[in-house]
Amino acid sequence: MTAVTALADASAGWSWNPVDDLRQMWAYPFMVNAFRAGTITAVASAVMGWFMVLRRQSFAGHTLAVVGFPGAAGAVLAGASAACGYFVFCVAAALVIAAVPRTGRDAGAQEAALTGTVQAFLLACGFLFTALYKGLLGGVTSMLFGSFLGITTGQVRVLLAVAAAVLVALAALGRPLLFASVDPDVAAARGVPVRLLSTGFLVLLGAAAAEASQITGTLLVFALLVMPAATAQTLTARPVRSLALSVAIAVAVTWLGLTTAYYSDYPLGFFVTTYAFAAYVLARLARLAAGRLPRRALLPAAGAA
Amino acid sequence: MTGALAAVTAAAPPWAAWGGAFGHPFFQHALLAGTAIAAAAGLTGYFLVLRAQVFVGDALSHVAFTGALAALAFGADLRIGLYAAAVAVALLLGGMGTRGRADDVAIGSVFSWILGLGVFFLTLYTTSRSAGNGSAGVSVLFGSIFGLSSAQALTAALVGLGICATLAAVARPLLFASLDEAVAAARGVPVRLLGFGFLALAGVCAAEATQAVGSLLILGLLAAPAGAAHRLTGRPLPALALSGALAVAEMWTGLAVSYAVPRMPPSFSILAAATAVYAATYLPTLRRRPAV
Repeated sequence: MTAVTALADASAGWSWNPVDDLRQMWAYPFMVNAFRAGTITAVASAVMGWFMVLRRQSFAGHTLAVVGFPGAAGAVLAGASAACGYFVFCVAAALVIAAVPRTGRDAGAQEAALTGTVQAFLLACGFLFTALYKGLLGGVTSMLFGSFLGITTGQVRVLLAVAAAVLVALAALGRPLLFASVDPDVAAARGVPVRLLSTGFLVLLGAAAAEASQITGTLLVFALLVMPAATAQTLTARPVRSLALSVAIAVAVTWLGLTTAYYSDYPLGFFVTTYAFAAYVLARLARLAAGRLPRRALLPAAGAA
Repeated sequence: MTGALAAVTAAAPPWAAWGGAFGHPFFQHALLAGTAIAAAAGLTGYFLVLRAQVFVGDALSHVAFTGALAALAFGADLRIGLYAAAVAVALLLGGMGTRGRADDVAIGSVFSWILGLGVFFLTLYTTSRSAGNGSAGVSVLFGSIFGLSSAQALTAALVGLGICATLAAVARPLLFASLDEAVAAARGVPVRLLGFGFLALAGVCAAEATQAVGSLLILGLLAAPAGAAHRLTGRPLPALALSGALAVAEMWTGLAVSYAVPRMPPSFSILAAATAVYAATYLPTLRRRPAV
């Protein structure tokens, strides 16, 4: 990675002429593919993340995001393609988390303990797979922290197809899901299948996380899921507007991150998370400054833990 | 004579083999540190689950990674970075929320950024320091309990004991404050102070456990024994003790298994034992369900 970046640096430094710089950067097919893949994953994860933040399921989302790692490691160990491992593990983990019975007084604590155990165990499995597969050690870092270099056009097509499927499914579920997220009790009373929606949502979230894992690495997917959505929901309480804002922030952050990573020696994940966090902090500060707004008008009060 | 003795030793495997295990310094260190770490994690985890703060444990585990790598990148002792980062972020998370409890989204945003920072330090470390450190990140993430030196093991054991002692001392007020915060506050229990103190303790525990099972897998040691104890008994103090005991037993099982099967990393076998116990607590409900 540094070698390629160094090569690119040799031919082109940052020249303060944006048009020139972009043209230069996009002269490399790998950068074009990185931008395509980054945009697709940013849009998909911003939309899924928006619902995740609304439903207060950050912990489940984070777990789904990291279990891509054992998936990829296991697939490589078994000789399959890493992409298929990401999807299988993320969706399977979504089903396990959704299967926990959510009844009784301390259901939240139980669910958290289960989620945590699933996450740690699968990560340990990932470590076992990498330990068994001797040649992979260099690849562990790139699985965990991502690499935007060397994305093929075929991969971009797969990403696009999955993202389209996830978004279409979400559009179909959208209204009842929004209802069930904002007020599960009333939704259940009105005959909305809350439980089924929740399972469906987790599966879609798993698919989106698996997709983003391939670009940002499994440890940093969560940044793309949570931060743009958190920023958008801090800024506005109106669903459609904040959803659009979330997508815009995710795409902007990804593009900025890719551009900076291209012109520097440091990894993409660092820049993407830093820009996204900066946006979040600014949004919180703006919110503080405009203190007269009611706090979290949109968000359900249920998940105050 | 010696040949016969050797034959006898070879023919009496179980305890002879374990005698061999206890003869290795690396195994003694792992056992010493592992026991203390597991007990501390089991007790801390019980309160994390009770207070619905498992996600904080998750966040602290990622912060520990960044702390360790920052220390390595600046050439300091890894453990200074671990403890400093974990405790600082634990207090920060406490300060962000009301009554020492932060909300999920804020926690998620903070720790995913800190993890990004960790990647930065990892790059800084692997590119600026001499070669041969390529696996430093991996060993921080996944732990290397069999690689502890005797001094490290002793420190880990002492810190673990300290965590256990502190938790035992504050167990009753902390239980009260966790189960019914409003009533506890009304009865004069310093709820806010306890919340912060507990988070700081969880930070120390996360930093401590990173040395054993690695920063990514701490969550299992915190959540699995505690979750199992919560499922097995509803009475707080027995559950607290059970959580600690389960964690220690799982740690021993894991160490024994990975001593017997060298290809299996200890972090994996410890986590596998913990997960197996937790999964076993679901068996009765599965059997009961068709009847209901």
